[in-house]
Amino acid sequence: MRILLIEDDSSVAEFIVRGFREGGHTIDHADNGKDGLFLATTEDYDALIVDRMLPKVDGLSIIRTLRASDDHTPALILSALGQVDDRVKGLQAGGDDYLTKPFAFSELEARLDALARRAQGKGATETVLSVGDLEMDLLAREVRRGGQAIALQPRDFQLLEYLMRHAGQVVTRTMLLENVWDYHFDPQTNVIDVHISRLRAKVDKGFESQLIHTIRGAGYKIDATG
Amino acid sequence: MRLADQLRTTTFLLTLRYMVLFFVSVTILVGLFNWAALGYVEQEADAAIEAEIKGLQEQYAQRGPSGLVQVINARIEAYPEGDAVYLIVDLSGKKIVGNLDAWPSLQVLEGDRVTFPLEEADGDDVRVRARVFAPQGDVRMLIGRKVRALDQLAKLTDRTLFWGLSITLALALATGLLMSNNVLRRVAQFNATSRRIMGGDLSQRIETTGTRDEFDELAQNLNAMMDQIEGLMTGMQHMSDNVAHDLRTPLTRLRNRLEQLLQKADADDADEVAACIEDADALLSTFASLLSIARIEAGTYAADQESVDMKRTVLDAFDLYTVLAEDKEIELFCDANEDVSVSGDRNLLFQVVTNLLDNAIKYTPSGGRVDISLRTRNGQPELVVADSGPGIPADMREKVLQRFFRLDKSRSAPGAGLGLSLVSAIIQRHGIELTLDDNRPGLIIRMRFPVASAAMPEGHAALAADHT
Repeated sequence: MRILLIEDDSSVAEFIVRGFREGGHTIDHADNGKDGLFLATTEDYDALIVDRMLPKVDGLSIIRTLRASDDHTPALILSALGQVDDRVKGLQAGGDDYLTKPFAFSELEARLDALARRAQGKGATETVLSVGDLEMDLLAREVRRGGQAIALQPRDFQLLEYLMRHAGQVVTRTMLLENVWDYHFDPQTNVIDVHISRLRAKVDKGFESQLIHTIRGAGYKIDATG
Repeated sequence: MRLADQLRTTTFLLTLRYMVLFFVSVTILVGLFNWAALGYVEQEADAAIEAEIKGLQEQYAQRGPSGLVQVINARIEAYPEGDAVYLIVDLSGKKIVGNLDAWPSLQVLEGDRVTFPLEEADGDDVRVRARVFAPQGDVRMLIGRKVRALDQLAKLTDRTLFWGLSITLALALATGLLMSNNVLRRVAQFNATSRRIMGGDLSQRIETTGTRDEFDELAQNLNAMMDQIEGLMTGMQHMSDNVAHDLRTPLTRLRNRLEQLLQKADADDADEVAACIEDADALLSTFASLLSIARIEAGTYAADQESVDMKRTVLDAFDLYTVLAEDKEIELFCDANEDVSVSGDRNLLFQVVTNLLDNAIKYTPSGGRVDISLRTRNGQPELVVADSGPGIPADMREKVLQRFFRLDKSRSAPGAGLGLSLVSAIIQRHGIELTLDDNRPGLIIRMRFPVASAAMPEGHAALAADHT
C-alpha cells in the first residue's frame, strides 16, 4: 500500500512513518499543506492521512481541492479536535474517516486498511471469512468452528464479522461502537467488554486455542496465531 | 399578538392613566364653566326682574293700583310667550292679575328672592326666579322671570360632556392600543432574537428601524453587547481548540511512545507499560469530555441539529445494554413502539440514554428490574427509565437534580466522573426537562423533550446517516 502522510508534528509523523514502514508499506511524508497538496495531486496513492491543522493549507482544504478535481483517493483526517461537529465538517469536506489524536497505531492502521480495501472493492465481494478454524459464511449467515455450527444473535454476528474483517488487527472499543452500533462517542463503560465476553463464550469456549484476544490499552483482536 | 397581552402593556396602562386624568380635568373644567355661566344667567334674570319692578313701580306711582293691573295685563298680552312672570293675589289667595293660575309653592333663595318650577303649556318644566313682596299689606305680588336659558345650558353642557368624553375615551383606547401594538411588536422582535441567541446562534442581531428612537438605542447597545460576547466566545473556542491541539499533541506522542515501548518490552514490563497507556487514555478521555462539555455548553452544536429517531435510539441502547443486564441477572424491558422524533444530535442523545441505562443497571441489585419506555404524552415526547433499585429518598432528589443541573458541583465531586456533567450539558442543550420520582421501590427518571419546532436542515441528517 502506498500512503501519503501530511502532518506537521514531526514526532507524530515519525511514529506513523515508522509504523507503516515496519508493516511493509510505502509512505511519503509532507510537513505542510502546500507540499502535501502538491504530492497528492502529482503522485498516485492508495490512501491519504491528513492532519486537520496544517501550516499554509489546512487539511480540509486539501481534501476539498482533491475532491473538486475528481480525485477520490481515500482520506483519513487526523485531528486533536475530536468533537462531533468537527467530524461532520471533516466528512462534509470529503474525508472518508476521522481519527482523533491520540490514537493507537493499530487503530490508524486498521482504519486506513479498511478505507483502502473499501476503495479497491475488496471485502465487499468476500462471501466467506475465516480465521484459523473459524469460518463465517456471509451469505448463509452461518458461523462454524472446526465444522461445528455456532448460533449467534444478529448483533453478535455483526460484531464477529467486524472482528474477522480486521483479523490480525487491533480494533478499539470506539471502533466497535462506531461500526457495529453506528454511534460515535467514547464509551466510558464496560458494556462493549460484556458483548465481547459473550461472543468469546460462544466462539472460544470448549476450544483449545483462543481466537479473540484482549489487547491491553488498545482493544480486541481476532487472530489464529495468538 | 393577543389583545390580553396588549391590554397589559405599560404603554396601554399609561395611556389609560392619562385618559382618566384628562377625564377628570375636563369634567372639572366643564363644571367650572357651568357654574360661572349659571351665575351669569341668574344675574341677568335678577337684573331683568329689578328693571321690571322698577318700571311697574313707576306705573303704580303714576296710575295707581288699577293702572298697574292694566299695565300688567297689557304686557302679558303683548308677549304671551315671554319670559316675564307676574302674579298679584289678595290676602285670601285669589288671583287679581297675572299669568300664573295660582300662587306657587316657593323655594326661598334669600330675603324676598325665591325660585319655583313652572309647567309650561308644552309640558316642559321651566325654572322661575322671582321676587315676592306685599306693597300695601292687602295684596301679595310676585314678579319673576323664566330662566329658560339655564335649563338649555345645563342640557347643552351635559350633552357636550357626554359626547366629548365618549370621543376622548374612544380616541384614548385607540391610541393606547396602537401605541402598545407598536411597542409590543418591537419587544416581540427583541424577545425572538434573544431566544434565537440563547438557542446557540450567537450571530443573531436585533433589527433597528433607523428612527433612532429609544428602542433603536437599546437594540444597538444589545447588539454591541452581543458582538462582544460573540467575540469572547469565538476567542474562548479558539483558545480551547488551541489548548486541545497544544495539550493533546504531546499526549499523543507520550501515548505513541508508550505503545512502541509496549511492543519492545519483555513480559515483565509489558503489564506496567500497558497500565501506563490505560492511565494516559483515562487522562485523554477526561480531557475530551471537558472539551465536549465546554462545546455543548457554548452551543456550537446548534449547527448539527438534525431530526433524531428516538425510537431507534432507545432500541439501540436497549440492544447494547441487554447483555449487561443479563450478566447481572436484571430483567430489562423496553417499550418503544411509537415513532418519536426529536431534534438534536443523535450521538449525544444516545449518550444520554446509555448513561441513564448504565446507572439504572449499576444501582439495581441482581434479580431486579429496569424499564425503559418512550411514548408521546400530551403531545410531548417522554422517555422514562425506571429501576427497582434502592431509589433516592424524596429529600435527596432535589440535590441529585441540582447535580444534574449545576455542573460546577458535580465536576468537583470526586469519583463522580464527567458522565453526569456531560449528560446534564446535553440535556440542557436539547431543552429536555428532567424529573426524578419514586418508583416504589426504585427510581423513575422522566425526560420530557420539547415539542419539535422548526424542521431541521436536511443536509445534516443525510450526512450523519452515511458516515460509517
